[in-house]
Amino acid sequence: MSGGVDSSAVAAMLRAQGRNVIGLTMQLWNQRRLAGHEGMPESVQGRCCSIDDVYDARRVAETLGIPYYVVNHEERFERDVVRPFVEEYLAGRTPIPCSLCNNHLKFDQLLIVARQIGADQIATGHYAQVAFDQQLNRWLLKRPADRSKDQTYFLFGLTQEQLSRTLFPLGGMTKPEVRELARKHSLVIAEKPDSQEICFVPGGDYKRFLEAYLTEQGDRPAEVAGEMVTTDGKVIGEHAGVHNFTVGQRKGLGVATGSPLYVIQINNDTRQVVVGKDEELYSRTLRARRVNLISTPELRQPMAVAVKIRHKHQPAPAIIEAAGPDEVLVTFDQPQRALTPGQAAVFYDGDIVVGGGWIENPR
Amino acid sequence: MTRRVYLDSNATTPVLPEVLDAMRPYFSEHFGNASSIHHHGQETRSAVERARESVAALFQCRASEIVFTSGGTEADNLAIFGLAQPGDHVITSTIEHHAVLNACKHLEAMGCTVSFVPVDRRGLIDPEDVRRSVRPNTKLISVMFANNETGVVQPLAEIGKIAAEAEVYFHTDAVQAAGKIPIDVHAIGCDLLAISGHKFHATQGVGALYVRKGTELEPMLYGGRHERSRRAGTENVPGIVGLGKASELARTGFDRHDDQKMAAARDRLERELLKLEATGLNGEDAPRVPNTTNIYFDGIEGEALVIALDLKGLAVSTGAACSSGAIEPSHVLLAMGLRPHRAKASIRFSLGKQNTSEDVDFALGAIPETVARLRDLSPLWNRVPTRIT
Repeated sequence: MSGGVDSSAVAAMLRAQGRNVIGLTMQLWNQRRLAGHEGMPESVQGRCCSIDDVYDARRVAETLGIPYYVVNHEERFERDVVRPFVEEYLAGRTPIPCSLCNNHLKFDQLLIVARQIGADQIATGHYAQVAFDQQLNRWLLKRPADRSKDQTYFLFGLTQEQLSRTLFPLGGMTKPEVRELARKHSLVIAEKPDSQEICFVPGGDYKRFLEAYLTEQGDRPAEVAGEMVTTDGKVIGEHAGVHNFTVGQRKGLGVATGSPLYVIQINNDTRQVVVGKDEELYSRTLRARRVNLISTPELRQPMAVAVKIRHKHQPAPAIIEAAGPDEVLVTFDQPQRALTPGQAAVFYDGDIVVGGGWIENPR
Repeated sequence: MTRRVYLDSNATTPVLPEVLDAMRPYFSEHFGNASSIHHHGQETRSAVERARESVAALFQCRASEIVFTSGGTEADNLAIFGLAQPGDHVITSTIEHHAVLNACKHLEAMGCTVSFVPVDRRGLIDPEDVRRSVRPNTKLISVMFANNETGVVQPLAEIGKIAAEAEVYFHTDAVQAAGKIPIDVHAIGCDLLAISGHKFHATQGVGALYVRKGTELEPMLYGGRHERSRRAGTENVPGIVGLGKASELARTGFDRHDDQKMAAARDRLERELLKLEATGLNGEDAPRVPNTTNIYFDGIEGEALVIALDLKGLAVSTGAACSSGAIEPSHVLLAMGLRPHRAKASIRFSLGKQNTSEDVDFALGAIPETVARLRDLSPLWNRVPTRIT
């Protein structure tokens, strides 16, 4: 329970169904930790894991009459989500911390705690659906009724064991319906705005967060600066650090030329940021590593699917085929813009999530 | 309805019926301001002074040496900030309650220097460490009487001697000792001693500070000349009356050897729990208050055990709860040299006068199976095949 509308509505729904519900909030990050550091905001109100959110979640639990506890997983969150987030940026990739949090915290640590305290399943406010398919003898992850809220992109890492113990009660509902339900149960958070950004990065300014975190840790890497080069190898300037860039970025490149330039590639070994024209951003293939398959135990032959390469991407038709252990080669029917290392490629067969993996640097 | 058993008396205790009875007339019937000259004021003034005598009797001091406060934290803060001035040196320990620890950290920000004396693996301070820490500008030594997490009782009389020899003020946070073991301020040789009502069956929101006659203490609150100008503000009369009654009950309890009976119940709980695999006592071989035991259960997260037990109706605790209610690893156990995973696997059980032998039975019924389930599902536990820690 984050103290937001979605997880609160889930608690209310399950309670109304007469189920034995226990509310848990994960304390994942001390929002005050970097406050005031290097231009970070002093005030951290209305943030995930803030005292206000815990207060809201507790109020909801009281209203519903369910037991409620806060569990601290700050150490694991830093190790498995925050540090990789920082390291990915420093390696010139663009990470998705929410997926890591789902894989390592919510559906791992939280599920363990839930089972330890006597629960059989965890229910979250994710917009997704989970169902067991008798024929396939597998648990399936499916897109939700409210496509605009689809969060399956962040859930591709769930294992069969995790899915078998997970409930997504909002999977069949739209956001307005969820708010209405919260109102009906007189939950104090019914009108609370949706959270949009990465929970531990105030104001969505990840660069400031990286600066503050690295300063706090005292392990600022010596070499992040490098050259800005064009796709044909011409050096046109310098940059202060690869972590300031993401593939497809146009603004803030610090170079002026006649035609608009975009980041095409970030080469971590040479610290070069390769820039070029928009059409140079398109490519047809990508390699996904550390792949997790959901609807099938293995990819024996090439499979026609639709692949989503970032959260807001419209899934694009592609063929996926096994390319090594935990590795999948994706070949799109049409070239796709800005395949970004560090993001996930998630494979869909209609509404069903086939699986997904992490987009690797092109070689 | 779930049966609920409360074994978290170091957090707070229920107000005893006798205490509540003593307090009851001081809400609506005898409601006067103890500073008023009329009948109503005289009634409550005499109640406050009777309570002061009862509290003083519990610590073998004079009534005029007791200052009532809003609780233990205020009493500790009054002792520390009432004495230390910028430039002074203060000695305390690494295992103090945050009421002292964070006050001392603030002293550092104010321009004092603070020495934090360590503890050994039993949780005991070596008085010689205190002696070695004394400097020419040392103003105050503040060492807790009994630790809130382990119940370990510090060698205060020896520290008191060191303080007297060095002519340094000596304060002790006795919040977890008051009412649990007999205390004589002269035997300890302390100049100040802080207590909290709700830790021994009075209400939350009342406490006291013993201030030895002649101690020059600056007030923290400015206002009227209440409490001999040491603590401004209209007295919390019902709370103070309750604190007096609780002190009286504690004293008669010692005469009946209630503390020994409580120790016997605690020892039984402890003995049975230590029979479980891979468990151990934190604060072993150290003197302890009779109501507290702190046990580690390797391979579990204490946080999950507290929740699981609460869902079964047993209230215990681990570490110190932060503002959100989540648990942080105990600074006390870490200071005793426990590895973080073991500190986080530790649970505090603390008894109160209300607990019965059936309560201990209930705990002994619930804990072993819960620990077993947690371990079955714990990646920590299952990763170590030999289970040697």
